[in-house]
Amino acid sequence: METKKTSLYQLHQDCNAKFVEFAGYQMPIQYSEGIVEEHKFTRNHSGIFDVSHMGQLFIYGGEDLIKDLEQIFPLDLKNLKLNHSKYSFLMDKDAGIQDDLIITKTNEGFIIILNAACKDNDFKILKELLKEKYKMVLDENRSLIAIQGPKSSHILNDLVDGVKDLNFMSGNWFSIENHKIYITRSGYTGEDGFEISIPNDFADKLTRELIKKGSKLIGLGARDTLRLEAGLCLYGHDLDKDKTPVEANLKWAISKERISKGDFIGSDIIIKQLNDGVSKIRVGIKPEGRIIAREKTKIFNQLDIHIGEITSGTFGPSVNGPVAMGYVENEFSKKDTKIFLEVRGKKHPANVCSLPFYKKSYVKGVN
Amino acid sequence: MSEVKYSKEHEWIILDGDVATIGITKHATEMLGDIVFAELPEKGSNVEKDGTAGVVESTKAASDVYTPVSGEVVDINQAIVDDPSKINEDPENTAWFFKLKIKDLSEMDSLMNKDDYDKFAKETSA
Repeated sequence: METKKTSLYQLHQDCNAKFVEFAGYQMPIQYSEGIVEEHKFTRNHSGIFDVSHMGQLFIYGGEDLIKDLEQIFPLDLKNLKLNHSKYSFLMDKDAGIQDDLIITKTNEGFIIILNAACKDNDFKILKELLKEKYKMVLDENRSLIAIQGPKSSHILNDLVDGVKDLNFMSGNWFSIENHKIYITRSGYTGEDGFEISIPNDFADKLTRELIKKGSKLIGLGARDTLRLEAGLCLYGHDLDKDKTPVEANLKWAISKERISKGDFIGSDIIIKQLNDGVSKIRVGIKPEGRIIAREKTKIFNQLDIHIGEITSGTFGPSVNGPVAMGYVENEFSKKDTKIFLEVRGKKHPANVCSLPFYKKSYVKGVN
Repeated sequence: MSEVKYSKEHEWIILDGDVATIGITKHATEMLGDIVFAELPEKGSNVEKDGTAGVVESTKAASDVYTPVSGEVVDINQAIVDDPSKINEDPENTAWFFKLKIKDLSEMDSLMNKDDYDKFAKETSA
């Protein structure tokens, strides 16, 4: 199958992007300045990420749709305010995570942002679960741009008046040059920022305008170091079908109200795990030296017994040292537990630590 | 000092008597991206031609560093371990990796000169 290109492909080329194939798309891994500079620029100024490969699923419906989606997602969607977003997951009956996602309530129904590698399968699953009762569009005619970092609000507001007044995890429709764009105050870098759903034929122009205002394109490489420093999971690495939200330490994202009802897919397992505990759990891991422990690195306890595995690990440019996440047996999940990471045949000391590695600065309570 | 020679694994090597200074090329650093970790052989250890003699890691991946000749490690550049970004800044000069007391000078014969290496690097990265 031929790899797909996003609407910003030409712009990426103009900015000297190095491309990689990711989930069937030609995506920029980095530009000329490199991952570390791009990472720091996002933390200190403003970075633009082309995330158009992600799925934008529009589901149209009212009260019935809310009821039906509550049987799928562990969320209190009835009480979710209009234009507010929640982080959630699509689970199988064993509470295995099929995908993690952001769902936003709109006046027409819901917008769900899905991972690129999962979106087609998610669409199929959701269509079956909703028994084709609702109009569902996995919209290929829209691009998705994230702008992240402390200067982003100012830069975007110059072009789209009013976005600076959005609260974190809420959004709205805006109009610019007669294009309808949906903007949410959200992101995946640990910084304040926005995600912009925009018609394909306007994506290039808007992004060039944002660059003129001082923002810069940032590749997938820095997106990975930013999200890992922020303690955020990457599907296919930190999350997959063999892990549940409780094991992934994401129980904060499960609505208590919905647990009390226990009527969503996977709820039996979730409730059991919340009551009885889990045997493995996701933790933050900080190596003591400079050694980088990457995905699949084996984790040992002080008695040299294998207790888990790293699922993401890299060098964190803002932390200025190595950072990692992984799953360990529950009894070794306490903060400051000494563990050992086997890299190239040698065991290196590390400590279980709380997440995030880098403190967030999300904007809350603007209004 | 002799002429700088190059290996197909993108190391450079320069001889001063029977002591060789070895590092990785600018072209290698450009392919790797930002280097954030470096591991060097132990002083006093012996390394074999084309064997692993260290590791560099970028934000993306780890890569082995090979030695183009055999010998005993007589010095290592601790500065690049303490601050690996120096390797991106000055790879073919101050950011050398290690020095070897070379065992067999004839091992130098199969290495490339600058023109040949530049041609090789261009062809292999195209």
